[in-house]
This record gives sequence, C-alpha cells and structure tokens, in this order.
Amino acid sequence: MLYVFAAGFIGSFGAAFLKAAAGRLRGGLASLATNWHLLAGIALYALSSVFFVRGMTEGELSVLYPMVALGYLWTILWSRIFFHEPLTWGKAGGLALIFAGLAFLGLGRAPG
Amino acid sequence: MTEATPAQRRFAIFLVFCVTLVNAGAQVLIKNGANALGHPTLLATGLAILTTPQLFLGYSLYALSMVLLVVALRHGELSAVYPVIALTFVWVTILSAAVFGDKMNAAKLAGIALICGGVAALGAGSGQQK
Repeated sequence: MLYVFAAGFIGSFGAAFLKAAAGRLRGGLASLATNWHLLAGIALYALSSVFFVRGMTEGELSVLYPMVALGYLWTILWSRIFFHEPLTWGKAGGLALIFAGLAFLGLGRAPG
Repeated sequence: MTEATPAQRRFAIFLVFCVTLVNAGAQVLIKNGANALGHPTLLATGLAILTTPQLFLGYSLYALSMVLLVVALRHGELSAVYPVIALTFVWVTILSAAVFGDKMNAAKLAGIALICGGVAALGAGSGQQK
C-alpha cells in the first residue's frame, strides 16, 4: 500500500512537470529533447509506474484505488501553488465524487 | 501562453477521455503481466517491464497516453484535466468483468456512477468562463 501511496505522490509531481512542459511546447524534435520539464515529467511518471506495478503485486488492484485518488488531491494542490489555477466548486465537487467513487470501487472489489 | 478558450478546455477534457481509454488497456496488460511476476524487487520489476511482452506493450500504451495527456495539458487546467484520469478505473472495472470474469456488484456500480458524475462536474466546470 505504501508503494501505491508513493506512486501517487511521485506521479502528481510528474503531472505538474508535464503541465509545465506543455506550456513550453514548440515544434521540432530538437526542442522536445531539450525540454527538461518534459523529460523530468516523463522520468517521474516512469518512476511512479515502477512503484505502482510493485504495489499491485502486493494486493488487489481495486483495494488500492483510494490510495491512487490521493494523487489527484496532490495534483490539485500543485495546480494552485505552481500554476495559480482557481479551485472552483465544480472541481472540488468533482474530486469529492471521484474520491467516493474510487472508495466504492475498492469496496466492491474487496474479498468477502 | 494565452488564456485558453472554453472550447479549447472542453477539447482538453475530451483528449483526457481518450487518455483514459488507452490507459485502461495498458493497465489490464500491466496487471496481467504483474500477476505473473510474483514478488520481485524494484530492480527486477524494472527489468521485467523491458523483457515481458505484455508489460512492454502495456507501457508502450502508457507512453502513447502520456503524449495525449501533454497535448491535453496545453490548453486544459491541470487541476481539471488530471482527476479525469480516474475514468480509467471505470474502464478497468468494466474490462476486468469482461476479460477476467470479475463479478459486478452494487458497490462497483455505485463507484462507476460516482466517478462519472465527478468527471461530468469537472468537464462542466472546465467549459465555464472564469
């Protein structure tokens, strides 16, 4: 479970770097290769995936879902801090519904 | 970067929708491949990703979904776009029922309905002008 928690946390940073990279996208392969935000985002994503696979060998895929949902919470936090995106009621409500939904999916998959 | 229009933001949400479909396929392959691994170390897991066809294909699809995600993030807000990825779990649950014969139950259906509602709320919020 800790592996999946770590995966979500690392992945949220990956997403933040990808967002930073997306704003700097210019045409041409050379600019892609030197876009360090993009490379950092991909590296963090890859690292998070390794943790995710490791975590999934430990337990039922769906029991770990609420852990994954924490990753979205981190991402909203970074969005506010680094990109000054407003936290609207639609986003807060949407996130709450998604969180509850993942918890239910986890329950539905739990044995017994 | 100039301020994205509501249409561009809606398109970003649509792109992430595609991301989740590709991602779900990748996850089913990865879960399948991971099951066969047993309990490896982190390093062995990394190597297995390169040498197990299912894991390799799964991660290739992951890479494709990442490209789509970056394009989506160009005009979409990170805080609106990223949680939509939770839709992946809806597809995975449905795929698991179809492919692995996992049973559906009330909790799963409730979870699917809640996530769809949440994504709809995020999508609707994205189209609005601030």
